[in-house]
Amino acid sequence: MNAFSAILVRDTRLFFRAGGGAFLALAFFSSVAVLVPLGTGPDLALLGRIAGGVLWVAAVLAALLALDRMFQSDFDDGSLDLVALGPLSLEGVALAKIASHWLATGLPLTIVSPLLALMFNLPDRAYPALVASLAIGTPAVSAIGAIGAGLTLSIRRGNLILPLIVLPLLSPAVIFGAGGVLAAIDHVANGALWFLAAFSLVAVLLSPFAAAAAVRLNLAG
Amino acid sequence: MVFRGLGFRLRAGQALTVEGPNGSGKTSLLRVIAGFLRPEEGAIRLEMKDGQPVAAREERSAFIGWLGHQDGVKAQMTPREILRFHAQLYGVRQPDVGAALNLVALARVADLPVQYLSAGQKKRLALARLKLSDRPLWLLDEPLSALDAAGRALAAGLVRGHCAEGGMAIIATHEPLELETEKLLLAA
Amino acid sequence: MLELANPKRFMEFSYDVLPWVAIGAAVALCLGLYLALFVVPPDYQQGDTVRIMFVHVPAAWAAMMVYAAMVVASVISLIHRHPLADVAARTAAPLGALFTALALITGSLWGKPMWGTYWVWDARLTSFFILLLLYLAYIALWNAIEDETRAARACAILAIVGAVNLPIVEFSVDWWNTLHQGESIFRAGGPLIAPVFLWPLAIMSVGYTLLFVTLWLLRIRTEIMQRRIRTLTLSGDGHG
Repeated sequence: MNAFSAILVRDTRLFFRAGGGAFLALAFFSSVAVLVPLGTGPDLALLGRIAGGVLWVAAVLAALLALDRMFQSDFDDGSLDLVALGPLSLEGVALAKIASHWLATGLPLTIVSPLLALMFNLPDRAYPALVASLAIGTPAVSAIGAIGAGLTLSIRRGNLILPLIVLPLLSPAVIFGAGGVLAAIDHVANGALWFLAAFSLVAVLLSPFAAAAAVRLNLAG
Repeated sequence: MVFRGLGFRLRAGQALTVEGPNGSGKTSLLRVIAGFLRPEEGAIRLEMKDGQPVAAREERSAFIGWLGHQDGVKAQMTPREILRFHAQLYGVRQPDVGAALNLVALARVADLPVQYLSAGQKKRLALARLKLSDRPLWLLDEPLSALDAAGRALAAGLVRGHCAEGGMAIIATHEPLELETEKLLLAA
Repeated sequence: MLELANPKRFMEFSYDVLPWVAIGAAVALCLGLYLALFVVPPDYQQGDTVRIMFVHVPAAWAAMMVYAAMVVASVISLIHRHPLADVAARTAAPLGALFTALALITGSLWGKPMWGTYWVWDARLTSFFILLLLYLAYIALWNAIEDETRAARACAILAIVGAVNLPIVEFSVDWWNTLHQGESIFRAGGPLIAPVFLWPLAIMSVGYTLLFVTLWLLRIRTEIMQRRIRTLTLSGDGHG
């Protein structure tokens, strides 16, 4: 096993262990999804129409919750120093951590989303688009989240400022993701999922560089 | 600026103790050597036995075994998992995790999550990981903290053995190891 | 210290330049406002409300220009590690946020007579709102990191990431707008501008730009002086 997969496996395991954040994210995702109908009222026609948008916003927020496990816990206990001295570049480390964060948040959220969509009365024809959009788009959430996680490493209670940094950057993912679901409801082809895939690809390819630069900065401490 | 006008030289088989009060820059010095921190002036030079210099900061990191003042062990992982992960991360060929655990007398708790271990046991685990890293230049930041008499002897023995095999060690501490080393004193 | 050599030259240079830029800003803004309020005829559709355009459009232009300036300073800060670039980027951000807020406020004031409501999720207003959030994130990050050099580098990374992302945000918001409003109330690209409006608009834009440069230079000077005072205070500590 090489260094990349070693980090990928270790971090994914840690995410799923007690206090790791994966279950927390899932629970948070569900809680937000339940609160929205309580706020808007149980009008099924309305809920069906906004399901894609609500689930997307909830998924983004839920994924942010687990971001402090990406670099922060390694930074706090000193293991980030050891990882940085390993043979894998910090860019590679960032990519491995993005992947494990996605396995622990994006993937489970994607799998659970049809269940919640059921409660939202999402029209049948939009299910494939919902699942596909989350599967394609959530890697971008993990990737851009990694930048925020790296930048806020040295800040006490950095998790408070992290959403402020990451959420504006993620607006295209929400727009294209929810837009793809809406397109499926309205029977139109608007290319949303293609735009989303492009955004996700660019985010996953470029973010490791920014995240690694941010982490490197904080190792100097 | 923490310190200036600092110069020293270390050969294979030598150890160096860096002493000084808190805030004198012991940790910063180790971080500069490890390449985390860029010195404002001056340079760190690492040479192979044949006189070939190791140029880049990134290349230098491949020679460094690190023991920070934090142990770098995850509460949810067991000692065995931590050592195994570390060996994979550093690409150690044929790592003997069992032997490393025996060396620091942690075999009995090898499969217990680290959160149940005492501070001294965690430090010993960090020492085992350092040994397992198989790197020639050891950088140790306060390696004796949290260790009892037996643990201190163990740490000193590990460094002695490492140097006897031709390794080098730089130890930042305010309580010296029972060990013959060069000394560097940093002023406050 | 060697680093102070350049800020010193900057202080001398900015001292000479500042009055002229300030006078230029004042003249351009007065002239532009005079033209916009008294000379320009009312629009045949929008009437007198069209005059808001002369404060709105240049503010929007300035908001983007400031971000560009911030990105340039950030790149210099990352590559050359120059403290003056750090200060320049840092001091530009609140000004950018101010211009963005001004563009948003005037935009929604303009929107009331045009759309009948203060806020519509128009593509341009929405992307400016996201720009404002980005400015706020930048300022918050800077204030949260205690070590100044580290704050400068981290914020430089954020500014550059934002610069890469902003065109995508702009595109996605435009796309989103057409998705949700089949018939757009607001023509993409904004209302066509008659030549009679063009001159005052250009003069106002110059005025805003010079105003930004004036405030920017002032803030950089203040920051440098504050740092000097801090250094002096700390080094003179021995005398109690």
